[in-house]
Amino acid sequence: MTAPIPDHLVSALVRDEPRVLTRITSLFGRRGYNIKSLSVGTTEVPGVSRMTFVVSGDRGVVEQAMKQLDKLHDVIKIIDHSLEKFVDRELVLVKVRVKDSEARVEVRQMAEDFRARIVDVGRHALTFEVTGDEGKITAFTEQMRPFGILETMRTGRIALTRGSNADIPSHVYHGGESQGLEPVIPTAPREEKAREVNNLF
Amino acid sequence: MSEITGQESGQPEMRSDMTGAKALWATLAAHGVSTVFGYPGGAIMPVYDALTYYPEVRHILARHEQGAIHAAEGWAKATGEIGVCIATSGPGATNLVTGLADAMMDNVPLLAITGNVARHLMGTDAFQEADITGITLPITKHNYVVTDPDMLPTIIAEAIRIARSGRPGPVLVDIPKDVQLAVFKGELAAPHAKPEPVAPRPEALEAALALLKTARKPVLMVGGGSQGASKEITEFARAWQIPTITTLMGLGAFPASDPLWLGMPGMHGSVAANHAISQSDVLVGFGLRFDDRVTGRVKDFAPNAQIIHIDLDAAEIGKIVRAHLPVKSDAALAAVAMTADAVPFDLPEWQAQLDDWKTRGEHPTTWGAAQAVRQVVARLKPDDILTTDVGQHQMLAAQLARFEKPRRWLTSGGLGTMGFGFPAGLGAAMAEPGVVSMVIAGDGGFQMTAQELATLTKYDIRNVKICIINNSYLGMVRQWQELFHEKRYSEVYLGDSNPDFIKLADAYNIRGWRADNSADLESAIDAWLAHDGSALLEVVVPNEHGVFPMVPAGAALYEMIESEPVKVPTTEAGK
Ligand SMILES: Cc1ncc(C[n+]2csc(CCOP(=O)(O)OP(=O)(O)O)c2C)c(N)n1
Repeated sequence: MTAPIPDHLVSALVRDEPRVLTRITSLFGRRGYNIKSLSVGTTEVPGVSRMTFVVSGDRGVVEQAMKQLDKLHDVIKIIDHSLEKFVDRELVLVKVRVKDSEARVEVRQMAEDFRARIVDVGRHALTFEVTGDEGKITAFTEQMRPFGILETMRTGRIALTRGSNADIPSHVYHGGESQGLEPVIPTAPREEKAREVNNLF
Repeated sequence: MSEITGQESGQPEMRSDMTGAKALWATLAAHGVSTVFGYPGGAIMPVYDALTYYPEVRHILARHEQGAIHAAEGWAKATGEIGVCIATSGPGATNLVTGLADAMMDNVPLLAITGNVARHLMGTDAFQEADITGITLPITKHNYVVTDPDMLPTIIAEAIRIARSGRPGPVLVDIPKDVQLAVFKGELAAPHAKPEPVAPRPEALEAALALLKTARKPVLMVGGGSQGASKEITEFARAWQIPTITTLMGLGAFPASDPLWLGMPGMHGSVAANHAISQSDVLVGFGLRFDDRVTGRVKDFAPNAQIIHIDLDAAEIGKIVRAHLPVKSDAALAAVAMTADAVPFDLPEWQAQLDDWKTRGEHPTTWGAAQAVRQVVARLKPDDILTTDVGQHQMLAAQLARFEKPRRWLTSGGLGTMGFGFPAGLGAAMAEPGVVSMVIAGDGGFQMTAQELATLTKYDIRNVKICIINNSYLGMVRQWQELFHEKRYSEVYLGDSNPDFIKLADAYNIRGWRADNSADLESAIDAWLAHDGSALLEVVVPNEHGVFPMVPAGAALYEMIESEPVKVPTTEAGK
């Protein structure tokens, strides 16, 4: 059995310019990095957006991805959440089938345990809003699965570093290099990947 | 040669009626841009009209946008300064794509300006509309669409800053036609100051030096990122007495006449360089990215070495090859810092081993492409520039030419762009009219941009010396077919339909010489170089020679084939 590919949480502060999202996703696509989720929103600073990515791959791949991202002109800085304590959340809408009143009671009860809010009530379905970390959301959907999940939509994980930004130097907005990207730790080689390079013209 | 440009018709004093287009030229002029290469068309016409008001900027009309952009690359590679090219929307812009990708791979500072349809037409599939910013997104360092005329100077200044800073590269600025025409009410932008170079971290340096001191088989590898730090790196190598290898892109960054020099590594590298890498215990890499053509089978690249990798771009460190000691730094700053307390190596055994390897893998002196290239490059003076196209002749030139100075060797390394050589040599020749700009090309690649012969004539460029190594084949592909495809010569024969290259040159009023043996070549070279003006030399060579040494695809560097296997003569196949 192969070990599961780990997920990494990375945020980026980016200039709110046309095509910035295309630039970033094109980079991921071209270099073969695997984004599991990506969420984007404006920030408290005009002209600056913030993105959180969940990237799957070994540490070497993710470090490579962060360094490549950091080179884009529109990227102001990269925050590698594995370097600091962080909070992360994801919001999910789940529409669950309720085939009869018995199921309805059961589903509602379970949702209450998860502090999931009902946001829409239909004759044969209830839609819940659940917020939490990865574990909670997975547990919730697993519990609902036997009833029949009709539709789900997830925002993707979003994350912020814990503590007050003022004392975290890497969190001050600036145009320079991101902290933590200096390659002081020997980085894992990408020999496997490199070996696959076709020797064509 | 009559030069009917519109430059007389515009009045410099009329510059006060500023438009977007005039603001563009004013900004370029303020950045010291003296020459641009381009080709007009509908969507860029206001820029060409405004050009007539700016006689201080010289516009070179190429015969194809690809010619224009490679010429701008040649200019930039030779000078280290930004190259500028201009094209119209749609097909003009898409003709720049190859050059942009080339400049991206080889870190050429380049500004490409394209026209586009007016803002209100963008996105409507208007005539000659192409989403050039979308197309070039992965092959530019950055690109822009200018939507506000008043922002034009700011964007151009920023584009030039991005193109030149850090690892240089191409930046494209797309300007809709109505933005070019708009009345300009903004401020002109002054050039940005050059950013401070990134200094190495003291801990990283200290660790690197400590590791270097332990070496018993040290090797220094110098890449294209060292072209601007040649002096400092040479001093570093000499102070430590480290045997030095220059990659294809690094040729000239360390003087070939120095006994420490081991040649080029990689697929067609020297025996000494490839074995030195394979045996070394500490390998110092400066400004290089361990391209697959350099490493051979990555798993077995420098298997015994601890690698100190010094590069400006953190993303290159550890990307392909494990760096035991990563140092993120400007090459010159790191070299200087590592020279101060140098303790010169004295390693007689290692030296004896290297000296032995240096005698191996010699090229044949019998008549063929290698001998022809040897005779031609022997005539280069230290300040002369050598540009090549892509293929066998390129590898032979890289193996046989001896460079003493940086930025004298211009080749398409990363992208391997056929058609690059001649226009790039033309651009370099314009930047440095006082030196010979020699171009070595194959009979295949030369025909990809041969139309620029007209540009030589139009501007009376006198210092381009073109040498076509005519082996009647797409030689490099033929070599692979011979070695790896059981001699099935599929679609590589050109000999039945090549033009008469001398007549072709003559049609553009350019003198040509031809030779097909060593003695004739010598006198032909004399005449070709002595001719007052640009000239073409066609060297007809047998087609069955390959380039060696060669590391077969997927093999380790130490598994190289040192010289051409003896061949049983075969019938001419593939015609
Ligand atoms: C634009 C482009 N198309 C195709 C290739 C693939 N290619 C690499 S070398 C080569 C042969 C070049 O032949 P020629 O120009 O005659 O030079 P020679 O190898 O014979 O010296 C080809 C087709 C390329 N590098 N660039």
